Amino acid sequence: MPDITGRAQIHVPAMGLIILIGVSGSGKSTFARTHFKPTEIVSSDFCRGLVADDENDQSATPDAFDVLHYIVSTRLRRGLLTVVDATNVQQAARASLITVAKSHDVLVDAIVIDVPEAVAIERNRQRTDRDFGGHVISRQHRDLRRSLRRLKKEGFRRVHVLGGTSQIDAVQVVRERPWNDRKDLHGPFDIIGDVHGCSGELRGLLTQLGWKLEYDDDVAVDASHPEGRQAVFVGDLVDRGPDTPGVLRLVMGMIASGNALCVSGNHEAKLLRALKGSKVTVSHGLAESLAQLDRESEDFRNQAIDFMNGLISHYVLDDGRLVVAHAGLKETYHGRASGRVRSFALYGDTTGETDDYGLPVRYPWAREYRGKAMVVYGHIPSSKAEWVNNTMCLDTGVVFGGALTALRYPERQIVSVPAERQWYEPVRPLGPATTDREPSVLKISDVAGTRWLETAHSGKIKIPEENAAAALEIMSRFAVDPRWLIYLPPTMSPVATSKLDGFLEHPDQAFDEYAGWGVTRVVCEEKHMGSRAVAVIAKDAAAARRRFGADDGTTGAVYTRTGRPFFATTTDLVDRLRDAAAPLFASLDTDWLALDCELLPWSAKALDLIKTQYASVGAAARRSLPEALAVLEAAKERGLDVGDLASRAGSRLRNAKAFEEAYAAYVRPTDGLDGVTLAPFQILACEGRPLALTEPHEWHLAELATLESDVITPTRHRFVDLSSQKERAAATRWWLDLTAHGGEGMVVKPAHLAGVRVQPGIKVRGQEYLRIIYGPDYTDSLDVLRDRHLGKKRQLAQREHGLGLEALTAFVEREPLWKVHQSVFAVLALETEPVDPRL
Amino acid sequence: MILTISTTHQPATDLGFLLHKHPDRVQSFKQSAGTATVFYPEASKERCTVALMLEVDPVRLARSHARNTPDFSLAQYVNDRSYAASSLLGVALADVFSTARSGRCTSRQELADSAIPLEIQIPVLPCRGGPDIAHRIFEPLGWEVEALPIPLNEAFPEWGDSRYIRLRLAGTVRLADALNQLYVLLPVLDESKHYWQGPDEVDKLMRSGEGWLAAHPESSLITRRYLGRRRGLTNVALARLAELGDDVEDAVETVADDETPQREEKRVPLNVQRHEVVHSALLELGARSVIDLGCGPGQFLHRLVKTPFFDRVAGSDISVRSLQHAARRLRVERMSERQADRVELFQSALTYEDERFAGYDAAVLMEVIEHVDSFRLGALERVVFGVARPAAVIVTTPNYEYNVLYEQIDGLRHTDHRFEWTREQFGSWSDGVAAAYGYRVQRRGVGDLHERFGTPTQMAVFTREENRDA
Repeated sequence: MPDITGRAQIHVPAMGLIILIGVSGSGKSTFARTHFKPTEIVSSDFCRGLVADDENDQSATPDAFDVLHYIVSTRLRRGLLTVVDATNVQQAARASLITVAKSHDVLVDAIVIDVPEAVAIERNRQRTDRDFGGHVISRQHRDLRRSLRRLKKEGFRRVHVLGGTSQIDAVQVVRERPWNDRKDLHGPFDIIGDVHGCSGELRGLLTQLGWKLEYDDDVAVDASHPEGRQAVFVGDLVDRGPDTPGVLRLVMGMIASGNALCVSGNHEAKLLRALKGSKVTVSHGLAESLAQLDRESEDFRNQAIDFMNGLISHYVLDDGRLVVAHAGLKETYHGRASGRVRSFALYGDTTGETDDYGLPVRYPWAREYRGKAMVVYGHIPSSKAEWVNNTMCLDTGVVFGGALTALRYPERQIVSVPAERQWYEPVRPLGPATTDREPSVLKISDVAGTRWLETAHSGKIKIPEENAAAALEIMSRFAVDPRWLIYLPPTMSPVATSKLDGFLEHPDQAFDEYAGWGVTRVVCEEKHMGSRAVAVIAKDAAAARRRFGADDGTTGAVYTRTGRPFFATTTDLVDRLRDAAAPLFASLDTDWLALDCELLPWSAKALDLIKTQYASVGAAARRSLPEALAVLEAAKERGLDVGDLASRAGSRLRNAKAFEEAYAAYVRPTDGLDGVTLAPFQILACEGRPLALTEPHEWHLAELATLESDVITPTRHRFVDLSSQKERAAATRWWLDLTAHGGEGMVVKPAHLAGVRVQPGIKVRGQEYLRIIYGPDYTDSLDVLRDRHLGKKRQLAQREHGLGLEALTAFVEREPLWKVHQSVFAVLALETEPVDPRL
Repeated sequence: MILTISTTHQPATDLGFLLHKHPDRVQSFKQSAGTATVFYPEASKERCTVALMLEVDPVRLARSHARNTPDFSLAQYVNDRSYAASSLLGVALADVFSTARSGRCTSRQELADSAIPLEIQIPVLPCRGGPDIAHRIFEPLGWEVEALPIPLNEAFPEWGDSRYIRLRLAGTVRLADALNQLYVLLPVLDESKHYWQGPDEVDKLMRSGEGWLAAHPESSLITRRYLGRRRGLTNVALARLAELGDDVEDAVETVADDETPQREEKRVPLNVQRHEVVHSALLELGARSVIDLGCGPGQFLHRLVKTPFFDRVAGSDISVRSLQHAARRLRVERMSERQADRVELFQSALTYEDERFAGYDAAVLMEVIEHVDSFRLGALERVVFGVARPAAVIVTTPNYEYNVLYEQIDGLRHTDHRFEWTREQFGSWSDGVAAAYGYRVQRRGVGDLHERFGTPTQMAVFTREENRDA
């Protein structure tokens, strides 16, 4: 069709497959290059070159087409417009491409480039790289002529035939967005569940949502929202209920005024067929609609037919973040168009069987859903709208006496009004939607293999396959129940290495580094020498069941940085901590809490390590060095020159004693839980609030300071204004004093919320403490030890921090378990990365 | 670390000739791990003592060895290598006294060939197995042994003894033999070596053990520990020792299995009986395709692969290492394409839904569920019975009641077992699973039947009820 300028236009799908058809030499490649991006074009010549190093090697054609199909299939799966540049004059060649397109549920257009045979022969003659005889062109031309007649029936959405070189050169190709693509609409939306002719409840719900209804003679004909919200109806406006025409009139009005969108439900589809005179079984409330519409004007009936005729089966909204379809839609179908996509959207993933009530059995696709977009739908009535893997069914059976429900997007808020009465007898009693829902289902494909995770705080993070494999073993053999595992702490880097005499680590560098990152104020927290612990505590068993899905009576967990439980049973510890944290439950108005802590003493968990590693070394040193000194002394008395050896042995003995004192400082007797304490230093999250993300450390420490209990060890800390040399020096003195009295050291963190590039915390460990990390004699080798590389450690710290926050946010926002688990799992996977364990 | 050797042979200072080190000098020798120094704290006609001191700087040692050194404690900066006599000292000794070790001494050959009174003192010697092992190993060689345990830390007496002993050996022994014995036996007692072992390690052992190792009653223990439990090498060494006239056949370790030994050694091992029973159950079921969930290093899988009746065999395990063992056992890399098409091995966790579990006639969970935390069992049940839904599932697990018949067992049979069930517990679990997921279940015992405690292993065979969906 010509446009205003008189140029011919052809309309092709913006996403889908375009098959060029034309004999060799017809100018397909030139045409393609003119109208499409080079990457959008897949040509058979190019593929022949790929597999044979020769674009004209006809013997390579079968392999070349294998490659071509593979490329086309991959591009279509990824949702890219693809143009096939091959002669495609034979029906079989086209059929196989159409099959590929259908398998990805995209539209296929054909563009026929139909030049006179003589032109093509002449063009081929001019090409030096190809020696097709004229007979080949003639044969292709015959094939094309034969094809043209039947082309329309081969499954193309449209066939564009361009004849004559002038038309071919002048044509303009217009890309048409698919009808379901409304990514340009950003809401906010009020998505409304199955209405089924309940016009009173619909008006009530709209009013409750803040809509202003417009009436024409007491009949609601339109509605608008003062805040400019848009309504999206999930379909099934009609049938069963008392006033199908009233509902249609209002919704049609809202759509006409641009205030609403509506997708087709299966009931609209069937009603439409009935109204158009098709023979359908009149059941499931269709009779009511037909009778009610019969009382309306012919004009209204025709409007209703047009309206229902124009309904499409799903919309992709808000940059692809929201999909609305009547019966839901699996991810691979989002934005696609085909018979089976429509049928999925209208009827769900039916298995073809029927249940005891004669209703179709549906495959619970939402259980498997792992897509990014939120999917909102209706169709299956249940007693309550609930999230299942970022999808929600809004059909709460208003017509059966349930309620009419809306979801506010993006607020994720549910609003509903009860049915005025039961309007229709349900075939099957309304039950909870959860019969086939397993919120705790984890799939191997959620975690295994190489994957990229998107995090709000640290960008895109790669989890290599081998790390995931290692983490899988730890996770499934040793970790606590994944329902409690909502967070794992990130690794923490030490401060940049100090050059100060006798020091490997010193506060100066910490202050300089943070100042360099643009942080103005830091908090120095005493680093407790114990075991890192995450405590997730529910207020009671009911809260545990409701919020964590814990059905075995557990009310919390305290676990290590690799997700292992601390003791054979942590119930007692959980109970003690719950009592201790009572003030927080009250002040934060929450029924669960996640705390980041250190569990003390170190020996409570690490006694075996202390004995096999540290005490053994100490014992060996304390026994062997005095004997060596005695033997050296005897040699000295004989006049042998062993003075250097003796002084080194003497110095080692002193170091060994210091080493024994260093580790023994972290050993305290414990008996079961008696003697065990927790030192919380951050409140990770509570109901509705990812506190680790939203509150500065100052807030956390102040809240935690309110806890007073035998099981809580307070975390000493001080704030430092980095611009004040005086405050820096005072903090350094504080650190020296702390570490001189057996303290491990301190952790320096930004006191205010800091940006993405800033390390979440860095540790500054004391001189004596480092003996148990770098060995008793490390102070003799500082020159070597200063050559250490923090880059990888810091990169991991940042990534794990981002993943941890992602997990907490997902849990707080009630994302499905697998989503929380994916981030937590990724932290564990990154922790299997080999990094110098002394850092 | 330090070691001293004294003699009271007259004149004692002849020790200097035997060792090729002058008693009045202090000599240092560069070693890969540090510096060895030889000196004499006493050197009179009556008694002469040589000291070998090795100074090791663990930081430099750790830095010079790449992270793939076999002895992981080396990679740690906190280790006992500066203080305790280990293979490092053994190697230094062999190097510094190499001529003496070969038994050659031009000026005193006769002395070198004769046994002389010796006293060897090692203040700190890592000794796995404690003083008893030191006695067992050194006494047959003619030493009078004094082995004193060293406590971990006097401040914490409840911690008990360390893995170190103070060792004093006294005896009349040829010096070269004493040195060779120390060279071999220091790492044997420590059971740890600081270098990778190649096949020539066997030759080293044969050379240094000449004249004393073959006849030693603990020769197989020594060989095994010296070669660091590398069975391939151990077997070669034991075979070579056998050629020298010793019967060490039965010292060859039987295939490791995480299974407690049977009460009576002569019986067919329980794991073999279990394989037998499950194998025939699969044949009875007529299952043509079988997946072994938690296949471990693939013993049973191997058996399945060798049975042509099974068209398709798969093994999955949580441990990548086990799967590598299984692949080696099955010789996956050398299989013909046709064979390889029958077999699949992959990593998986039984608590995660996995599409690869589906499509088999039967799934085997042999001694697997007891390794799964009870709070994860529900997920396992759903994954296996609810989602994969094979026509048959065979589960075996220990019978806890039977444990009283094992003398060595106090509690559970394996440290990784999260639980062990009585017959009643297993019965109610398997009935529950069958009812929930639409299976019929039959239970049998495996192993010798005790009238009160039943069989050591219990087995349940689940078959899917065809007209039911879970």
